[in-house]
Amino acid sequence: MTALIVTAAAFWLLGATFGFLRNSEANRFLVVGVAIVVGVGGVFFLYWAMNRVVTLLPERLREGVRPYVFVGPALVILGLFLVYPVINTLLISFKDSQGQGFVGLDNYKFAFTDESMLRAIRNTLGWTLVVPIVAVSIGLAFATLADRLRRGEAVAKSLIFMPLAISFAGAAIVWKLIYDFRPEGFGSNIGLLNAIWTGLGHQPVAWLQEAPWNNLLLMVIMVWMQTGFAMVVLSAAIKAIPAEITEAARIDGASEFQVFRRILVPSILPTIVVVTTYMVINALKVFDIVFVIGGAETNKTEVIAERMIRWFFILNNSGRGAAIAVILFFAIIPIMVWNMRRFREEEMIR
Amino acid sequence: MSAPAIPAPEVKQASRRRVVEDEAPGARRGGWFVRVAIVVIVLLWLIPTAGVLITSFRPENLVDSSGWWTALAHPFRAAEWTLENYRLALDAGGLGNAFLNSLAVTIPSTVIPITIAAFAAYAFSWMEFKGRYVLFVIVVGLLVVPIQMTLIPLLRLFANGATIGRLIVFPDLDLNGTFLGVWLAHAGFGLPLAIYLLRSYIGALPSSIIESAKIDGADHFTIFWRLIVPLSVPALAAFAIFQFLWVWNDLLVAYVFLGGTRETMVLPIALAGLVGGHGETWHLLTAAAFISMILPLIVFFSLQKYFVRGLTAGSVKG
Repeated sequence: MTALIVTAAAFWLLGATFGFLRNSEANRFLVVGVAIVVGVGGVFFLYWAMNRVVTLLPERLREGVRPYVFVGPALVILGLFLVYPVINTLLISFKDSQGQGFVGLDNYKFAFTDESMLRAIRNTLGWTLVVPIVAVSIGLAFATLADRLRRGEAVAKSLIFMPLAISFAGAAIVWKLIYDFRPEGFGSNIGLLNAIWTGLGHQPVAWLQEAPWNNLLLMVIMVWMQTGFAMVVLSAAIKAIPAEITEAARIDGASEFQVFRRILVPSILPTIVVVTTYMVINALKVFDIVFVIGGAETNKTEVIAERMIRWFFILNNSGRGAAIAVILFFAIIPIMVWNMRRFREEEMIR
Repeated sequence: MSAPAIPAPEVKQASRRRVVEDEAPGARRGGWFVRVAIVVIVLLWLIPTAGVLITSFRPENLVDSSGWWTALAHPFRAAEWTLENYRLALDAGGLGNAFLNSLAVTIPSTVIPITIAAFAAYAFSWMEFKGRYVLFVIVVGLLVVPIQMTLIPLLRLFANGATIGRLIVFPDLDLNGTFLGVWLAHAGFGLPLAIYLLRSYIGALPSSIIESAKIDGADHFTIFWRLIVPLSVPALAAFAIFQFLWVWNDLLVAYVFLGGTRETMVLPIALAGLVGGHGETWHLLTAAAFISMILPLIVFFSLQKYFVRGLTAGSVKG
């Protein structure tokens, strides 16, 4: 009985704090503090309360119900936040801008004919090619070189890895400063790239507006962030190669480059493939960098994920937004399925 | 054996170095070429961040009139440096508020999915119930869903609720712009990966300890809290760091569910807003960018081992 009262009181308390959190007049520190306590405490409380309820059941029912108490919340959240939306988005993609009447394939026709969308698809393809290849190449080169350092390997690696900790938005600002442009006569150029460029005797250039090359400059940002990931994972794979193999090759007179090409790369090829597919998926979904740098349409740097947000949020057309999301979804599925199958195979080997 | 997409149990061997490398006979250690190449790449990688860091400590008029590298010429001249940009960014720029909001979003958004996933992973590993295998396969299959695919229906659901006929399936809670909405969204997007990773870890624990606890009369709830959670700390920590950074750095989910108002914005949104604002305010922007980086960088440098594990483990996220 007391258990029921405590439970009811706690639920009432949660409801009351929920109201408090919406009160925007309240002190911000207090709101944030309460939010953290409620969010963290709430989830623990949920399981505790459900377990209490289960113990009140007759004994023969208890063990049958308990598994569903354990998986239930996960299934409810997954159903609500992933399964239901996926089905609904598919439906909406066949409806008009307000999600009312059906319009057949119009939204898809738009997605594959609109000039800006076509450019977004082309640009995204560019991202999925350039970013993985460059990031994995530099990562592999760095991992190979760092493996031969006598001292400082860990420090060097962590410095390359560091950009991975910051947000795309932060990284976009970091690089925007480098690409900063001022026309001649409007003060000296504080962007590093233009400082070097004018130092070489050229006119300053508005780098971020130079289509189509500005796309490459945005890709540099993602390469800068993700190379560290490729490097760390490849480095772990390189260290797993038995030293005897490379030594034997060297004793047989193989040059360093031959060792790299004939032994090192083939031995870690599965890892290279996995890292590359991971980066392809990331590049497919790139959004933040283009969004934060801004001016995607004027600068012709649109990408698919950014178009989706633009059509849905800013231009208020849920049908087109949904269709673009579906296209992205179907582009990702085959790569993910393939990736997961590999992942499973590796688990089996282990 | 490749390292990416490491499920948790493997974590133990991920950082083990090759012990013999220093004694390997005739191993070619790095010559000057290796060292120069490494230094050049590291410098290239550091310069962008260094530029932002230095700019953020320079007074506005200098930021505007000269490149940050000119400050390196006289690093000890007091007039070259200031903390004013940080005061401005935190206060007028709204970064202080955004920092608090980021905390309020990130901490529950990390704890909630981990708790839910740990319970589910335990059930999938050690409890008998109908549909166990099928449900697990579906959960893992959900890894392929990109977030973009869920945004439109979720926003509508949050705003209007859902009904089938006159039956209210999901009440109109008006969740848009509330912390609860964002927590649940992040929990939903993080769950498939969390369940997948935790299940492969928890499922690999020796069954003998669970059996003996059962014989001693412990029920599943007790076994979970007293045995499984303490034993799973490495896997929980690895996922926690991944999820923490993911949520802290996330722009998309926060933008969609919390919105960009000054009241509720989180750090990445505040940054995006400052970039989009009028005029070039580099002194503000750089300080703001650095404020947003401080916490993840602290996590990175203090928990690097877990950080690497978390990220490599997280590489299967769709």
